Amino acid sequence: MDPRIEVIDKRLKDIKKIIAVAGGKGGIGKSSVASALALILSKMGHKVGLFDLDFSGPSSHIILGIKNYDFPKEDKGIVPSEYYGIKFMSIISFSGENPSPLRGIDISNAIIELLAITRWGSLDYLIIDMPPGIGDATLDIIRVIKRTEFLLVTTPSKVAFETVKKSLQLLLELKVPIVGVIENMANSKNLFVRNQLEHLNINYLGKINFDKDFEDAIGDVNKLYNTTFTQSLKEIVLNCKFF
Amino acid sequence: MHEWALADAVVTTALKVAENEGLKEISEIIVKIGELQTIDTEIFNFALKEVMQPQKELLEKATIKIKPEKAILKCKVCKHEWLFKDAVKNLSEDETESLHFIPETAHVYLRCPECNSPDFEIIQGRGIWIDSISGER
Repeated sequence: MDPRIEVIDKRLKDIKKIIAVAGGKGGIGKSSVASALALILSKMGHKVGLFDLDFSGPSSHIILGIKNYDFPKEDKGIVPSEYYGIKFMSIISFSGENPSPLRGIDISNAIIELLAITRWGSLDYLIIDMPPGIGDATLDIIRVIKRTEFLLVTTPSKVAFETVKKSLQLLLELKVPIVGVIENMANSKNLFVRNQLEHLNINYLGKINFDKDFEDAIGDVNKLYNTTFTQSLKEIVLNCKFF
Repeated sequence: MHEWALADAVVTTALKVAENEGLKEISEIIVKIGELQTIDTEIFNFALKEVMQPQKELLEKATIKIKPEKAILKCKVCKHEWLFKDAVKNLSEDETESLHFIPETAHVYLRCPECNSPDFEIIQGRGIWIDSISGER
């Protein structure tokens, strides 16, 4: 019997909503959406946690400009450090700038270990920045945090959408709640994603047009918050009954 | 794994088993702890006493036996096997601390002593496992 699994529910019991921000491909804006979403919800006055679960390519800390990621505080487990009002946890606190070449079983163990030792405390939202695809991390989150709800990100590209479609199919098959899909890097006239989601009976949450200034705002939360990207996401959040 | 988190996890598991099996009193819990967890047994035992305190009725007479398990690593590239206790000697305090929290950071800080690959498996001594929980109905 693995005692770590048994304690995870207890660690997360004071969190109202757990949202996994996922998508099929890398580079479609999952981490940008997850980080900006955490920032928006925090600025709206909610208690928010952000958990970067992309062990091979952690990037939430880069987007939010978190540089002093030392060991989190120890207090009967570990307590996430807080940045801009967001409780933040990532493998980078333990691996630093080094690569983490983990195989499947190691990814599973590291996820379970982090969930078992992290004391998030009371939160309105825990945002999980997922790695791409439907591999170990997705299966583990579905297995060990049964009340996770998935928010998917895609781009208008047929290639990106086809992989998101596979994620959606899996989540539907496993009866995992889906908040909806955000279309990132959108262009105004393309209705492909919207039409496809309508066909699948999945909630199209809205679109974020390609923001050429976003790259320049990475690492600076004030700039980041004021980008068209974040403001479009904020509009989606305000118009979505889920939040 | 952090000692306090482990103690909490062991007691939470024991309570769940007691409830599922209808145990009124737990007499013994056997916990297997892999060497890679770098658990300080003194801190773990202290944490256990504290965490068990509110569950006196169920756990007052319980003894907790810890079975340490030696950690062995095996390179996936050249098949070389080596002992964690030998490898850990070369790590800094911060690196050892990282392993204590997340044993998988072994892949960040350790390399195969023969071919220098980070692609190795932990064939023994990674985890924490409750071997058995016994008690009276």
